[in-house]
Amino acid sequence: MTMQNVGRPTRPEGASETAGFQSLTGGRGLLQDEPLIFELGGWSKTGVDLPEPDQDASDLAGLTRADLPLPGLSEPEAMRHYVRLSQKNHAIDLALYPLGSCTMKHNPRLNEKAARLPGFADLHPLAPVATAQGALALMDRLAHWLKTLTGMPAVALSPKAGAHGELCGLLCIKAAHEAAGQGHRRTVLVPTSAHGTNPATAAFVGYTVAEIAQTPDGRVDLADLELKLGPDVAAIMVTNPNTCGLFERDILEISRLTHAAGAYFYCDGANFNAIVGRVRPGDLGVDAMHINLHKTFSTPHGGGGPGAGPVVLSEALAPFAPAPWVVSSAEGFELVEEPTAEAAQAFGRMCAFHGQMGMFVRAYAYMLSHGSDGLRQVAEDAVLNANYVKARLADVMTPAFPDGPCMHEALFDDRWLDGTGVTTLDFAKAMIDEGFHPMTMYFPLVVHGAMLIEPTETESRRELDRFCEALRALANAARGNDKDRFKAAPHLAPLRRLDETLAARKPRLAWKPETLAAE
Amino acid sequence: MRYLPLTADDRAEMLGVIGAPDVDALFVDVPEAARLSGPVDLPAHAGELEVERELARLSAMNRAAGDGPFFCGAGAYRHHVPATVDHVIQRSEFLTSYTPYQPEIAQGTLQVLFEFQTQVAALTGMDVANASMYDGSTACAEAVMMAQRVTRREKAILSGGLHPHYAAVTQTIAHAEGMEIERLAAAIDAEAAVIDAIDEATACVVVQTPNVFGVVTDVTRIAEAAHARGALLIVVTTEAVSFGLLKSPGEMAADIAVAEGQSIGNALNYGGPYVGLFACREKLVRQMPGRLCGETVDAEGRRGYVLTLSTREQHIRREKATSNICTNSGLCALAFTIHMTLLGGTGLGQLARLNHAKARELKTAVEGAGLEVLTPRFFNEIAVRTRGPAAAAVDAALAHGVVAGVPYSRLDPHAGLDDVLLLCATETTTPEDIAALAAALKAA
Amino acid sequence: MRFTKDHEWVELDGDVATVGITAYAAEQLGDVVFVETPDVGKAVKAGDAFAVVESVKAASDVYAPISGEVVEANPELGDAPETVNASPEQGGWFAKVKLADKSEYDALMDRAAYEAFLQTL
Repeated sequence: MTMQNVGRPTRPEGASETAGFQSLTGGRGLLQDEPLIFELGGWSKTGVDLPEPDQDASDLAGLTRADLPLPGLSEPEAMRHYVRLSQKNHAIDLALYPLGSCTMKHNPRLNEKAARLPGFADLHPLAPVATAQGALALMDRLAHWLKTLTGMPAVALSPKAGAHGELCGLLCIKAAHEAAGQGHRRTVLVPTSAHGTNPATAAFVGYTVAEIAQTPDGRVDLADLELKLGPDVAAIMVTNPNTCGLFERDILEISRLTHAAGAYFYCDGANFNAIVGRVRPGDLGVDAMHINLHKTFSTPHGGGGPGAGPVVLSEALAPFAPAPWVVSSAEGFELVEEPTAEAAQAFGRMCAFHGQMGMFVRAYAYMLSHGSDGLRQVAEDAVLNANYVKARLADVMTPAFPDGPCMHEALFDDRWLDGTGVTTLDFAKAMIDEGFHPMTMYFPLVVHGAMLIEPTETESRRELDRFCEALRALANAARGNDKDRFKAAPHLAPLRRLDETLAARKPRLAWKPETLAAE
Repeated sequence: MRYLPLTADDRAEMLGVIGAPDVDALFVDVPEAARLSGPVDLPAHAGELEVERELARLSAMNRAAGDGPFFCGAGAYRHHVPATVDHVIQRSEFLTSYTPYQPEIAQGTLQVLFEFQTQVAALTGMDVANASMYDGSTACAEAVMMAQRVTRREKAILSGGLHPHYAAVTQTIAHAEGMEIERLAAAIDAEAAVIDAIDEATACVVVQTPNVFGVVTDVTRIAEAAHARGALLIVVTTEAVSFGLLKSPGEMAADIAVAEGQSIGNALNYGGPYVGLFACREKLVRQMPGRLCGETVDAEGRRGYVLTLSTREQHIRREKATSNICTNSGLCALAFTIHMTLLGGTGLGQLARLNHAKARELKTAVEGAGLEVLTPRFFNEIAVRTRGPAAAAVDAALAHGVVAGVPYSRLDPHAGLDDVLLLCATETTTPEDIAALAAALKAA
Repeated sequence: MRFTKDHEWVELDGDVATVGITAYAAEQLGDVVFVETPDVGKAVKAGDAFAVVESVKAASDVYAPISGEVVEANPELGDAPETVNASPEQGGWFAKVKLADKSEYDALMDRAAYEAFLQTL
């Protein structure tokens, strides 16, 4: 035989010595600390090649700026900088992302591809309407799907996010009351479990907010609602399914009482994912509801936006919808950008152009992919997955509402942590060490130490089991006196817990040459 | 269904674990009268190929800006965006992450926001900027309401040069909150009227530069007049590339600067999503709307970033919040930041001068076609007077294959400025485009 | 020193009352990161929200325990809100109010009564 004895070792050696290991340069292997672009030194550098202009700016003498001190990076440097930063983020594409109320589901890349087609991405909002017929057709189709799925006769597409949709809905309600001589109605009723945007939006349009109590089983207290509904009430804002992950069983009675009192029913549609294709809000007596396209219809969350929040409207509110809107005729589609004589009651305008077209394309692609059958399955699987997680964790954690099924999210309180010294926050941070994003914590406010878990329908059985096993192991550790695991968590994230007190006491909101860490 | 991982067997087994006979049992709380027995009346699911075909069909019914000579601006601008930008924003870790409420595993998004805030503050010449708003128009409305909180006065004056959509959004939202909005008559040079309108009840004046007619204005005198009466000056910019050449709002003593950031890093997208820029003086920071990212340290003393000053926001202060905004334009802000980082101050300056130079060529050509240019000092947009209604001129030019800008009347049909046409040139405009426009306008 | 059920304290010196929040309240709030003190010259009524104290996760109104006119606000709290945690019942005072009606002060709890009240929470 031929002896080749120059091979390198092919088995690991000395692997037991890694605890407390420090690299010589301070980084963590492939995960490197990354400076700010302002510290990378490219003050006169640019990563873009542009021709020299052949005319000067002498006609703007006295109107030009002295300097613009911003660094630039060449293309390879910029690419590396932002790719390194990306690696410090958790994402849906990495693991189940159980943020209750946020509907972190898979984002199909087909939708991204569609939104980048030049006829959509490179279309100017004020291009002649004759050159934008495909965009208007898409808006018209999207509107049709949203109206059909909700059983509502009208939709305002332009609101740019959920809270913007709430604002649009309340402005419709305000306009309707004023048109009916009911402008004196100044109160909006909101359950204590509501999203913070509900009372904030009501206050934003000048309404007074009053709270509706909740029953021990996590629903609107009908008696309290009846007590508070009066001639001063403009609307109620109720989330359904609600923020405890429960369907409001008395929803028909809630809308009947509301309408009998002369008020409108605004439904926060953040949780529409749980019922899409199975329940139409129009059949529940809803007058206005925003739909977070970035939740139910899977447009990407993008690290905090952009979203899109079209608002479906009842017959009573439809005449007050804001401009613009699409109308179709034999000659094609028209875009009504200013309220016309026939629609003189439109309350105004929500944003500069026609809404989040890029999100409309993605949402429409998502709808076409699922179809009416697939969307119904979405709701069923979302609810099934949440109930499965609840069932699998019920013996080690304490469900806030153990009786009966939940909808698309399972809510736990912190009773099971009593006496362990571990808090909801500690538990959530320890989930990071196990590879999962924490669930929504301390919300809704009506449940002590709330942990709100929304798995969504795009999780496989295998990933759900992996998640449940991790939480069960953590729950047992919390009760097994393994407190340090939790108090100092996360141990394995790019950074340890951050000092939010320092950030708020001495706000540093823009880069300056010296850093806090150096002080 | 390709997006739904559960199999029929999975579902059956999971129902067994839950102890439910079927999935209907999980919907038992829905009143019987409101339960749909089967799918709603919409098409059934479709494969990726079929969906792609349908979307491509709809896209092809539109004429993209890049399909021929094109001169629309007026609040949205066609610029070249480096390919790197779109690649990075589609990385899973940016595209499919949530708002960075768990800072330990969101430092990527947070550091980008910190860079974004720093860039926006530098561009606008202000001390601090937030992590973005929906778009320039909603940022404008929010700024007006912020001025009310700061001054405890109720009146806002909107310049006649403000983009009519911005004025309409501000009227809609700020009026609903109880403010009095005085919108001055549309005017190409609006400075004097604004100064005259300021009084002791004024919370703020809102002035746009370059304004909707393209006019570049040094607003320092307006700032002086506003400050003398205890009012704030809000400066609006719809074309963010202009920050590369023109005096910043901060240099002109603005208190709040808002802008549409679409021009940097973001496509036209038929009007959205865009990214609202919002910056102000440091002393006003606690009255700002929207998210703010701040620097801090972690438990081991390493530098990191968190969302901060959150007590201003809806999820904590609820009905006492500074705004109801929750979602921002995170991914558009990321695109802005990457493009801005590629440009640097040097590159943005050059890009801005290039845009301005193209507009000078445009002006010469339009005058050569016999039309009067109404904008005395411009950046990359000019207003011209057409011989008949501007809308008719646009229709006629379209017949020659040219998208000849935006009739002002489309934005503001009641101003009596039917013969005013808004034209824009950017670095994407070629000499051939300009020649085609001149020929089309001459023929119109 | 007198106390309210909303955890404010008042100390009287002549007709000027110094107002702050109690040690118990400061501990419950956690790290104080910002304090908004009332403007000097402002007339307040007992029970009015007249200042705001913020932690990272909460903003709380502070109610005026007595009626009168604000004559001084604690200038230190702007730069050093942590003083409220370090010294809630001395250096961390919020404002001084020229008392309009001394009977309002007399009606408040003394320390023993306040401490008994805390036992009931």
